[in-house]
Amino acid sequence: MIRTRGLCYQYAGGGAPLRFPDVDLRQGGTLLLRGRSGTGKSTWLSLIAGLRGAGGGDLFVAGTQIGTQRGAEIDAWRARHIGFLPQKLHLSSALSVADNLALAYFAAGLPRDDAAIARALARVGVAELRERKPHQLSGGQAQRVALARAVLLAPQLLLADEPTASLDDEAAADALALLQDTAAACEASLVIATHDQRVVRALPGAQVLDLNEIGLQRLLDKREQL
Amino acid sequence: MKSIVQLARLSWRYLWSRPLAAVLNLLVLTLGLAAITLVLLVATQLDRAFERDLAGIDLVVGAKGSPLQLILAGVFHIDVPTGNIPLQDVQALQANPLVAQVIPLSLGDSFQGARIVGTTPDYVQHYRATLAQGRLWQQPMEAVLGAGVAHGGLAVGAAFIGSHGLGGPGGGGHAHGDHPYRVSGVLAPCGCVLDRLILTSTESVWKVHEAATADEPEDLEILKEEREVTVALLRYRSPLAAVTLPRQINADTALQAAAPAIEVTRLLRLLGVGADVLRAFGGVLLAVAAASVFIALWNAVRERRADLAMLRMLGAPPGRVAGLVLWEALWLAALASLLGLLLGHALAQALGWALQAQGLLPVSGLVWLPAEAGVPLLAALVAALAALLPALQAYRTDVADLLGQP
Repeated sequence: MIRTRGLCYQYAGGGAPLRFPDVDLRQGGTLLLRGRSGTGKSTWLSLIAGLRGAGGGDLFVAGTQIGTQRGAEIDAWRARHIGFLPQKLHLSSALSVADNLALAYFAAGLPRDDAAIARALARVGVAELRERKPHQLSGGQAQRVALARAVLLAPQLLLADEPTASLDDEAAADALALLQDTAAACEASLVIATHDQRVVRALPGAQVLDLNEIGLQRLLDKREQL
Repeated sequence: MKSIVQLARLSWRYLWSRPLAAVLNLLVLTLGLAAITLVLLVATQLDRAFERDLAGIDLVVGAKGSPLQLILAGVFHIDVPTGNIPLQDVQALQANPLVAQVIPLSLGDSFQGARIVGTTPDYVQHYRATLAQGRLWQQPMEAVLGAGVAHGGLAVGAAFIGSHGLGGPGGGGHAHGDHPYRVSGVLAPCGCVLDRLILTSTESVWKVHEAATADEPEDLEILKEEREVTVALLRYRSPLAAVTLPRQINADTALQAAAPAIEVTRLLRLLGVGADVLRAFGGVLLAVAAASVFIALWNAVRERRADLAMLRMLGAPPGRVAGLVLWEALWLAALASLLGLLLGHALAQALGWALQAQGLLPVSGLVWLPAEAGVPLLAALVAALAALLPALQAYRTDVADLLGQP
C-alpha cells in the first residue's frame, strides 16, 4: 500500500518545491505513474523507495512511515519491501543469471537461498537459463530474469520503470501480464511508471497518478516568478 | 560472517570479470612484493652469516694490504689473502698478555673449490661445531670436512688430493699428487663458515708445500725455520686491548691488524647501497602497482555504476557497496602476496645457487623470516590505499540515476 499526504520535494538548487497529488493505493492494487520526463516521475519513485527524503508531507509505504529511519534502516526496509524492475534491467554482466538473483540476498545481507532462486526463475518461465550470462539472453528473457530478481524477497511493493518501452505490441502485452501475475503471486502492490498509451489501455482498472499536470503547474509557477 | 563470505565471493567474480586488468595488476603487484621479499631474505641472511662468522673474533692479523680483504679472506673465506706472515710473529702474539687466544689459519690449497685450511682444533671449538662422523684430525694429512663439502660425495676414510690455489672461478693450480689427504671426520652443519671449508692441521699445509718446493733435505730444514701462516684470529683478554693492540701491531710490526667489526660495518654499508637500490625498485614497482590498481578499480566503478546503484536499490547499505570494491583490491593483494613471496623465495634460492657456485656466502630461499609477515600487510596497505577513492566513489553511488533515465 502507498498513502501520501501533501508529499513534496525540495530540489537542492532551491526554487519552488515539487508538490505531488495525494495517493491512496491499497495493498495489492495497481498504480500507473504517468508523466513526461522532467515531470518528477523519478523523484516520486525515489521518495517512495526511501532513496530521497521528502521536503514535507506524510508518506506511508507498506505500512511504514518513510522519513523517520536512519540510512541503514531504510536500506534494510527497502531490501525487504520494495522490488524494482528498472527500465534498463541492470543485470550485472559479470555474473550468471543465478548470481544476479543472489545479489538480492547479498544486498539484503541475507544468506543465499538457491532453492528460492530456482523457484523465482521457474515462476517467470526461465528456469533453464540460470547458468547463462546476461549477454546470452534475449531482451524478453533478460526482463524476466530482472523481474525474478525484483520479486525474489517477496516485496510488498513492486516498482516497474517503463516495462514496455522498446517492446512490440505482443511482447508488451506479455510483459504487462507477467508483471501483474507476478505481483499478484506475492500479493504486492504494483506501480508502473510509463508514458506508453498501450499500458493505460491494457490496465483500465488501475489507479493513475498523472504528473503532467503538476509539471504544467510548475511551468506556470516559474512564469509567474519571471 | 556469512555476509563477508558473500562479499568475498562476489568481489572475486567481479575481479575476474575483467581478466586482463586483473592479471596486469597482479603481475605488477607481485613483482614489487617479490623484489621486497628478495631484499629482505638476502639482507637478513647476509647479516646473520656475517654476525655468526664474526662472533668472538676481535682482531684479524695478517700481511699488510687491504684490511677489508684480510677480513674477507681470513674470516669469511671469500677473498684471496693478503699474503703470509711468519709463524714466529704469531707465536709472539700468543705470548702477549692482552691476547686471550690466537687461532692460526694457513691457506693456499683447495679441493673442488673448497678451501683447505690448516689450523688448530681451537678453530672448530670457536664455532662450537660438532662432528657428525669420525673424529678430528690427529696427525698431518688427516682432514675434517665441513658439512657442505661432504655433499660432494667424500666420506670418512676417503682420500683426496688438494690442488694449489684457492679454487673459485679461476680454477685450481697443480695437484699435490704426492700428498693425498685422508678424511678423518665430517662436521655437522653449523650454519657458519666451517660448512664450506676443509680443515686440517697447520702441519699438513706446511708439509705439502715444503715437500713441493724443497729438493734437498737441507732445504727442508731451512723452510721449517721460515714457516708461515696466513692469518691469525685473535680474541682479547680484556676490552682494553682494542685500544692499544691494533695500533701497536700496525705501527711496530710488519703485520696488519684489522678489526672485523669496523671493516664489516664498512662492507655492509657498501652492500647496503645495493640493497637500497633493490628496495627502492620494489617500492617503485609497488607505487606503479598502486596506481594501476587504482585506475583499474576507478574504471570498474565507473563501468559498474549501474550495477552498484542496482545493489543500493536492492537494499545494500553504501558500506556494503564500497566493501565490494575494497574486497576486490584485497583479493589482488592476497594473491599478489602469495605469488610475490613464492617468487621472492625462488629468486633468493636461484641467487643462493649462483653464489654457492662462486664459493661465496650461503643464501637460501628455503628460509622463512618472521619479517615476511609484513609483505601481506604491505600488499593490503597498498591495495587499500589504491581502493580508497574508488570505494568512496562506490559509497556515494546515487541510486536515483537508475530511475531518471528518459
